[in-house]
Amino acid sequence: MTVTLAHYLVLSAILFATSVIGIFLNRKNVIVLLMAIELMLLSVNLNFVAFSHYLGDMAGQVFVFFILTVAAAEAAIGLAILVVLFRKVDTINAEDLDHLKG
Amino acid sequence: MQFTLTLPVLCAVPLAPLIGSIIAGFFGTKLGGDRIGHGACQFVTILGVTIAFVLSCFVLVQVMDGFYFNGTVYHWMQLGELNLDIGFLIDPLTATMMCVVTFVSLMVHIYTIGYMAGEEGYNRFFSYISLFTFAMLMLVMSNNLLQLFFGWEAVGVVSYLLIGFYFERQSAVFANMKAFLVNRVGDFGFILGIGLLLASTGSMQYDVIFAQNSALAAQTLPGTGWNLVTVACICLFIGAMGKSAQFPLHVWLPDSMEGPTPISALIHAATMVTAGIFMVARMSPLFELSDTALSFILVIGSITALFMGFLGIVQNDIKRVVAYSTLSQLGYMTVALGVSAYPVAIFHLMTHAFFKALLFLAAGSVILGMHHEQDMRKMGGLWKYMPITCLMMLLGNLALIGTPFFSGFYSKDSIIEAVAASHIPGSGFAYFAVMASVFVTALYSFRLYFYVFHGKARWGHRDSHAHDHHHAEEGDDHAHHGLAPGEKPHESPLVVTLPLILLAIPSVIIGFYTIEPMLFGTFFGDSIFVDISKHPAMMELAEEFHGPIAMALHAFTSPVLLLVVLGVLSAAIGYLWATKLPEKFAQALAPIKLLLDNKYYLDAFNQAFFAKGLLWIGGILWHRGDQKIIDGFLVNGSAHAVGRFAGVIRHLQSGYLYHYAFAMIAGLAVLLAWVLYAYLPFVR
Amino acid sequence: MTFDPSTIFSVFFYAFAGLLVISALRVITARNPVHAALFLVLAFFCASGLWMLLKAEFLSLALILVYVGAVMVLFLFVVMMLDLDLEHLRRDFKKYLPVAFLMGAVIVLELSIVLIRSFIGTSSPVQPMLEESTMSNTKALGMLIFVDYVYAFEVAGIILLVAIIAAVALTLRNRKDAKAQNVAEQINVKAADRMRIVKMNTDMAAKQDARGEKK
Repeated sequence: MTVTLAHYLVLSAILFATSVIGIFLNRKNVIVLLMAIELMLLSVNLNFVAFSHYLGDMAGQVFVFFILTVAAAEAAIGLAILVVLFRKVDTINAEDLDHLKG
Repeated sequence: MQFTLTLPVLCAVPLAPLIGSIIAGFFGTKLGGDRIGHGACQFVTILGVTIAFVLSCFVLVQVMDGFYFNGTVYHWMQLGELNLDIGFLIDPLTATMMCVVTFVSLMVHIYTIGYMAGEEGYNRFFSYISLFTFAMLMLVMSNNLLQLFFGWEAVGVVSYLLIGFYFERQSAVFANMKAFLVNRVGDFGFILGIGLLLASTGSMQYDVIFAQNSALAAQTLPGTGWNLVTVACICLFIGAMGKSAQFPLHVWLPDSMEGPTPISALIHAATMVTAGIFMVARMSPLFELSDTALSFILVIGSITALFMGFLGIVQNDIKRVVAYSTLSQLGYMTVALGVSAYPVAIFHLMTHAFFKALLFLAAGSVILGMHHEQDMRKMGGLWKYMPITCLMMLLGNLALIGTPFFSGFYSKDSIIEAVAASHIPGSGFAYFAVMASVFVTALYSFRLYFYVFHGKARWGHRDSHAHDHHHAEEGDDHAHHGLAPGEKPHESPLVVTLPLILLAIPSVIIGFYTIEPMLFGTFFGDSIFVDISKHPAMMELAEEFHGPIAMALHAFTSPVLLLVVLGVLSAAIGYLWATKLPEKFAQALAPIKLLLDNKYYLDAFNQAFFAKGLLWIGGILWHRGDQKIIDGFLVNGSAHAVGRFAGVIRHLQSGYLYHYAFAMIAGLAVLLAWVLYAYLPFVR
Repeated sequence: MTFDPSTIFSVFFYAFAGLLVISALRVITARNPVHAALFLVLAFFCASGLWMLLKAEFLSLALILVYVGAVMVLFLFVVMMLDLDLEHLRRDFKKYLPVAFLMGAVIVLELSIVLIRSFIGTSSPVQPMLEESTMSNTKALGMLIFVDYVYAFEVAGIILLVAIIAAVALTLRNRKDAKAQNVAEQINVKAADRMRIVKMNTDMAAKQDARGEKK
């Protein structure tokens, strides 16, 4: 069957949902949490590129360009924080990070 | 001397005593530093009252020539359409009251120089009695209900201050609180009456209210079927009941004898207690519209006149006898008001002011002569030692009981005849009450006279002091009172006996000269209104009046004089000749004596029911209302509720990142579902 | 079998898409974080393929270069650097799976309802891309970035700069024996901190000790 825009968008939705599940499931491992966030960004990028192609507008790809930039920066800083955290509490178990408990 | 009555002159009448009071009160007491001494204080205050008296006499003369004044002195404030002013209304009624008040006040001022000599608080006393004169004058001269109420409350306050003059005495403090609180109960009714009148007429000025008489008569109280004027008049009279000590709000007056004797004469005989009578007479156009209110007044007055007289027979304190006598005579005045004989009531007010002030001051002179002994059982045979006082007291008593040609005779007999001529409900009982009270009045008055001035001397005995401390009567708390063994009573100095003489003169003669113009002439004119068609008492009195001499001679053939003579004779038998008889009587009628000794148990009832009741309510409001509900439930309870709520909510803040993320996603899902709900019919 | 372009297109699409979804699922369910990272690399490769199908060749290659080449390598560095205790991971996984799966299913369902309904008809580009006829994708992208969106481009550069500084500042551990100059303190010095003038007499008697000898 012909691949339409809807296919790409549903695919992107599946990826998004997967990453959300990943955030919720991974209580033991903060690194996988960060990876799930990268997945989320990937799904959004896929969305943009699909729209850009099917609507015939380059602006979508420009947007992806910038999202890529920011995602890279955010991944770097996130991992730096993780490293510092690990030095302090010696664990990456998300269940141990409850210092903001009310 | 040609002297025009302009507004500044009228203002000087109340202001002169006020200025005297302020100077004496501020500079003569610790408040201002004790700068001026006794002499300066008494001079300043007596000067103020003398100015007021002279000007009042002048006003009276002008009023008899036709002078009339009704105007605003000072515009205080305006609330919407309501003007609140200080104003004067000078008409015959006002002029009469002004003269009476200032004259008695002046006599009391002069008397005080002798009576309070050497006492602590001398300057304060003069300041208070001048302040009282100012307040009473403001009450009497006002032209609107608000100023009347101001004067009303002000005299109540000064009365409180004076009754509690010896404020270190427990009994005096109790008495002044009692006076103030009982007055307050009356004032509550008074305010309601004023409010009703204000609401229905839109003004508190007398002339505006009276102009709407006919419109008012037809109105009913909104929400009930009661006649508005009746309700308003009864409410106003409740105020008069408090101030003029009618049953059952009379309980404060005997206790007010805790104050020094001069104030008993000034306030509780001549002026303050007559404020209620004056107010009803002033509002006579309104009271005439309501028969119910008049019957109410009549019944209350007759009860007071009769039953207070009974209490006067069993008293042992010389001042209390005169106090109950005052209560009984106030009942007479109220009865006169009830039968629409307002001029008669004012006439009796005037004569009563003179002879009752005389009686009180004479009693004070006796007390002074006996070194502050007030118990009559320790007096006797004083005529030898205090002849002037004895004579003055005799004259006062003769006037009180209604001896022909004396002033009291004319006023009392006029009241009795007016009651006989009236037919409104309650007049039968009122007639019986005033007649019986004539006998009772004669009995207790001459009991007092014989007991104190004649008979065996029961003072100066070796053991009289010891008995003192065992029989602690109310009012007997002076440190060293009573005569020491061997000491003799002495006549009071001239400064004390002169006011007595000056008061005795009008007590004897003023009735004779003024009855015709006041009651049957045109003296009162428009200041008092009587509806002749409904209440013909005044008219019938006028028909039977043929001059003062004829009235006096006619009395010799009336039953009233018989009652008087019987009363005097009974007193003579009991206290002059067969002196053991009263005790035997008391033992035979022991239950009645018990009832009378406990003042009909009214004080006990008030204490047990009202006082304890209020304390009980206060206790409940404190424990349950304040502590449990407001503190416990609202204040602390709300704090606890916040705490408990927070205890539940804080579990949302788990600190775990995945919980927060999940919450966000769940919220997003819900929002999406809600938005998509609208799309459902179109989904394939 | 007809090899018309749309069929080939679909085959490639479904292949890449399926692999993408499977690897994404394996990312989040892998026990070993290194495996998870490697599966994420695979996911990126598939995504890159998909983008190539959509004629965005610059971006697909940039994805490989930047994401796989830089970000995922960084992830692997960190995973291997941290001394992780692998046994204690992955307990209680089964407990949360139903709820998570339900939530995910709900979201996918909702999104699909809207997206399918709206876009199922768009099977070919609505309008041809303006630049496609005259220049390559890279040049077209460049035209837009350096001309129309140059401000955003500069800001993106600053963001990267900030990221570098932040990463370094966060993780820097100073050597205990490194000496550095605090220039601010150096400039802040006042004369009074370095020099003290003492008043003394110009001539003084020589000091004598207890024995009377000169010091």
